[in-house]
Amino acid sequence: MPEAILSAKGLEAYYGDFQAIYGIDLEVPEGEVIAIIGANGAGKTTLLKSISGLLPNEAAHVVFKGRPIGDLRADQIARLGIALVPEGRQLFPSLSVEENLMLGGEVGRDGPWSLDAVYDLFPILRERRHQPSTSLSGGQQQMAAIGRALMANPELILFDEISLGLAPVVIKSIYEILPEVVGEGMTALIVEQDITKALSVSSRVYCLQEGRVSLSGRADEVTRDQITAAYFGAAA
Amino acid sequence: MSDPVVSRATRTSRIAVVVALLALIVLAAAPWWAGRADMRLMSEIFLYLSLASLWNLMAGYAGLVSVGQQAFVGFGGYMLFALTVFGGLHPIAAILLAGLLASALSVPIASLIFRLKGAYFAIGTWVVAEVFRLSFAQISALGGGSGSSLPVGIVRSLASSRSGREALTYWLALGAAAVVILSVYLFLRSQRGLALTAIRDSEVAASGLGINIWRTKLEVYVVTSALTAIIGGLIFLQKLRISPDAAFSINDWTAFVIFIVVIGGIGTLEGPIIGTIIFFALREFLADFGTIYLMVLGLVAIIVMLKAPKGVWGLVRDRFDLELFPLSYRVRLDQDRKKT
Amino acid sequence: MIEWANAVLQGILLGGLYALFAAGLSLIFGVMRLVNIAHGDLIVLAAYLGLSTSVTLGVHPFVALLIVLPLMAAVGYALQRGLLNRTLGPDILPPLLVTFGLSVIIQNALLEGYTADPQKLSAGPLETASIPLGELSVGVMPLLTFGIAVAVIAGLQWIFYATGLGRGFRAVSDNQEIAQLMGLNKAHVFGLAMALALAVTAIAGILLGIRTSFDPSIGGGRLIFGFEAVIIGGLGSLWGTLAGGVILGVAQTVGAKIDPGWQLLAGHIAFLLVLAVRPNGLFPRVEH
Repeated sequence: MPEAILSAKGLEAYYGDFQAIYGIDLEVPEGEVIAIIGANGAGKTTLLKSISGLLPNEAAHVVFKGRPIGDLRADQIARLGIALVPEGRQLFPSLSVEENLMLGGEVGRDGPWSLDAVYDLFPILRERRHQPSTSLSGGQQQMAAIGRALMANPELILFDEISLGLAPVVIKSIYEILPEVVGEGMTALIVEQDITKALSVSSRVYCLQEGRVSLSGRADEVTRDQITAAYFGAAA
Repeated sequence: MSDPVVSRATRTSRIAVVVALLALIVLAAAPWWAGRADMRLMSEIFLYLSLASLWNLMAGYAGLVSVGQQAFVGFGGYMLFALTVFGGLHPIAAILLAGLLASALSVPIASLIFRLKGAYFAIGTWVVAEVFRLSFAQISALGGGSGSSLPVGIVRSLASSRSGREALTYWLALGAAAVVILSVYLFLRSQRGLALTAIRDSEVAASGLGINIWRTKLEVYVVTSALTAIIGGLIFLQKLRISPDAAFSINDWTAFVIFIVVIGGIGTLEGPIIGTIIFFALREFLADFGTIYLMVLGLVAIIVMLKAPKGVWGLVRDRFDLELFPLSYRVRLDQDRKKT
Repeated sequence: MIEWANAVLQGILLGGLYALFAAGLSLIFGVMRLVNIAHGDLIVLAAYLGLSTSVTLGVHPFVALLIVLPLMAAVGYALQRGLLNRTLGPDILPPLLVTFGLSVIIQNALLEGYTADPQKLSAGPLETASIPLGELSVGVMPLLTFGIAVAVIAGLQWIFYATGLGRGFRAVSDNQEIAQLMGLNKAHVFGLAMALALAVTAIAGILLGIRTSFDPSIGGGRLIFGFEAVIIGGLGSLWGTLAGGVILGVAQTVGAKIDPGWQLLAGHIAFLLVLAVRPNGLFPRVEH
């Protein structure tokens, strides 16, 4: 197994007094796609928020390229090379499509991704570059959100529920593009409700249940029964 | 296991009632034991306590953060002068009528400034106060910009002797404070008060519960405006002289009041009382320093807001679980009851 | 007739100054939803800093701006990062009451440092110079003030919509969390927004000090004028603040023409009228 670019060690996260995840251990090997699955409220989004710095942690709980980053702010973590494609796209409504993309490049990291590279990947965005981001369709917004994350030239990209609320045909085309996106030496962590989709693009899978890891293993080795048990709990 | 008991009163709150009643009796007897200057100071304390309790009801419970309550203080003061001098009313009747007029006036004002949200509402109230100040400065019959004094005949109509008048204005101030605090307390305990607390805790949830937020806020605004005008009338019955700058002073009638409430503890009934005591104690020590005193007040208010948003009373309450005015419900098991 | 035309013209030019009071308010509200009650006192502070600089160094107030402007910007950045960022959140009370406390502190610090005596900035012959315009005569200083206001607002508009800094302002205003994921440090962006707002305040303060005499107590009034211009123009619109300032200025000068005691009252009434008829202002920002 290649060396882990990101690892979580006993990661915990709280919203005020409410604890959302309990001691999660996670290894993300460099260059691989890791899938995180689990039911609603299992702590998937919380995990991504903790890694990206939107929720505070202890420094040693998240290690990126050998450096403890758990206590850094989101903007500092972004500069180190972790980008998040947030759930629900969350483009900036006051900004045009191109401005959204340019903002993604604000972290000032070098790499293969530029405005032109993103436009080559998603030609429709070039056509709509000067339109307000709110005028895009759901699928186009998702493209812009992915493009915005790529503009940061991250080493690790986090996808949160990229297929949520999109038409099946749009989801299909986005998943077809995914290998192209993460092919450029990028590591990816994908949170996905659609288990089949998640397993089809990933090498390893973690299943969360009530804030804990209930299953982990190679994507081609875990069985349906294992996943069902890990997803809904032992009682199911 | 015995059934849990839900109650509002605590041992502390019962003691507080007894102490408050005793204090009220002692204070009511002040004309027989206190000197002239002490009585003036105490009257001022009571009137500030009233203004602070009213502002706290608006800002701390209804979320109506006004920096323009001086509009109603000044209005009450001017109505005292106008209604006694031109209307021939007895000063006390004039002050009560001023409250009524203020409540009528506050409805159209609210319909305008309620369109402004949050902090913009605050500045909107300030504009209204400025309109009041500039308008009253235009009325030459009331002395225009330089103001006027209450004619001797009207002052005499209160009581023939000077000590009689001083006792009467003192009792009015004490009575006003007692009435204001009691009404705020009863209001918060009522159905409407609970609605208000729901608004404070979550406006979205409160509207989900079917509480008409706009109407509840309007009621609070109208009632506090009326009572604030009455307090304003009493303030200028003490001063016997009025001018636009004094009547509509943002420093005297709003800044000080805000500091009192913030330092004492905003959104608590006890806060304004504690705050008033601290404010006057600070003033006695620092009054000679003038501007420095105000800077210290501003600084203390900022520090309190950042470090202890529930003020001095919030600190005390969290430390000792005290509540002088029983507002919250407490659940106890029977064993606890035996202990108390 | 000509006198009325003159009143309107003077009002329009005065509106430029009010737009400068308003622009800073509008900017920080737009970026961080903060309403700064001390804004007027900061304008007065800038006027006093201009006074001290021009008296100490013996320079024209406009030259003093070279020192006052960066100084105020630095004050803004420090104030935001050191104090105001801590007050931001879902509750509106902390920012409101903290800036209110700040207002009282600044006002009394100025009283302590400069006394209550009215002061004025001297701009030399510029103050009395005028340009004939048909039958009217326009003062060079009011005209200059208006021109500067237009330039400042155009500049702010450019920063907001054509620079990376402005992109950051709009992004943070839209969604603070996601903006941080883009590598924007919210605290720093807010600091920059306040620095920019107080840089505008520095210009406004110097122009105010040249136009009229000032003392430490007038901050509240300047806050109100700025606020009225913001609301008349429509929240979130920079050019709207200029329109709002002009309407306020004209209402005041025309009011004063009817009766000198009516100057301020007429302005407030114009504001309340707009609030009654068009509560979102005359030129509200069009949401995409």
